Amino acid sequence: MASHTEAHAEHEHASVATYGKIALILTIITIAEVSAYYIPAWETSSIYVPSMLTMSAFKFFLVVAYYMHLKYEHKLFKALFSGPLAIAGLTLIGLLFLFSKLVIRLGLLT
Amino acid sequence: MTATTTPIAHGDGHAHGGGHHHTSLGLDNRKIAIWTFIGSECMLFASLISTYLIYKGRSPQGPYPHEAWTNPSTGEVMKPILDIPVTSASTFVLLMSSVAMVMALNAVQTKYEPKITTWDKIKGSSKLWLGATALLGTIFLMFQAYEFTSFIHEGLTIRTNLFGSSFFTLTGFHGAHVTVGVIWLLTLLAIDFKRGLEPKDALLVDISALYWHFVDVVWIVIFPLIYLIK
Repeated sequence: MASHTEAHAEHEHASVATYGKIALILTIITIAEVSAYYIPAWETSSIYVPSMLTMSAFKFFLVVAYYMHLKYEHKLFKALFSGPLAIAGLTLIGLLFLFSKLVIRLGLLT
Repeated sequence: MTATTTPIAHGDGHAHGGGHHHTSLGLDNRKIAIWTFIGSECMLFASLISTYLIYKGRSPQGPYPHEAWTNPSTGEVMKPILDIPVTSASTFVLLMSSVAMVMALNAVQTKYEPKITTWDKIKGSSKLWLGATALLGTIFLMFQAYEFTSFIHEGLTIRTNLFGSSFFTLTGFHGAHVTVGVIWLLTLLAIDFKRGLEPKDALLVDISALYWHFVDVVWIVIFPLIYLIK
């Protein structure tokens, strides 16, 4: 039963209406990102970088989940994407700790 | 988010017969290949982004991305080199190309469904949406060519400083991927004009769409990291 449900889910894609809603959300987030750059109070605040990364991550998720329809795909495809993505993310963080100012910003090295 | 879903009959990478190359899991091996390729591309772009971030702020001389700098040969004070409004426009163009791409795939998958209204006919035209995607991708490349040309005129090349080296390498690799994607889309468009893309061809369009969306998500990451975060 579970496998039937999973197989059924794999045969579904988002509708055109959903694609339109996601396009609207992506546009609004992009406008918010660019606006933040031009708002001094936001751009100089401590939440600026986290907010930009969060908005970027959310856009990334929407495109991958709905436009690449990974949300509806077989778990093998999810693993083939999320595994290397996790390795890539950890490598990026590791390299930043090793070679950049991130380690100093976090107070781990003076 | 609650998403409305519609069942798709063919071309979704699952076994439907028709002599395709299916694995013991019932999945088409071409789709496994494209997801594996996309996974490897994640690691490629992570290395390029890491390099950019590590070298960020370490250039001993300008031009700089977000700070004014003094041209050593003329003594002239120059503006920060990045042009945020132009790149914001190109970012929007690339995002919209992804929308056109999902519409193209949907049009191929639903080719034989009845088209009653004008909107049904528009959204059911795979030629229109494939052409729009290729056009928007080309416009993005033209924005990038304009940006690169203006940077070179302002004195920033791949050999000028660490920022120039890492910037041109990262965005150049991305631009090369977009170029490959545009050629791929134009090939599909030519096939569509020649014999028409049908639901049985949806997997071909799906694979190119996955590549195209991946190019888009890479830019979604690059745009704030290079252009918006100082």
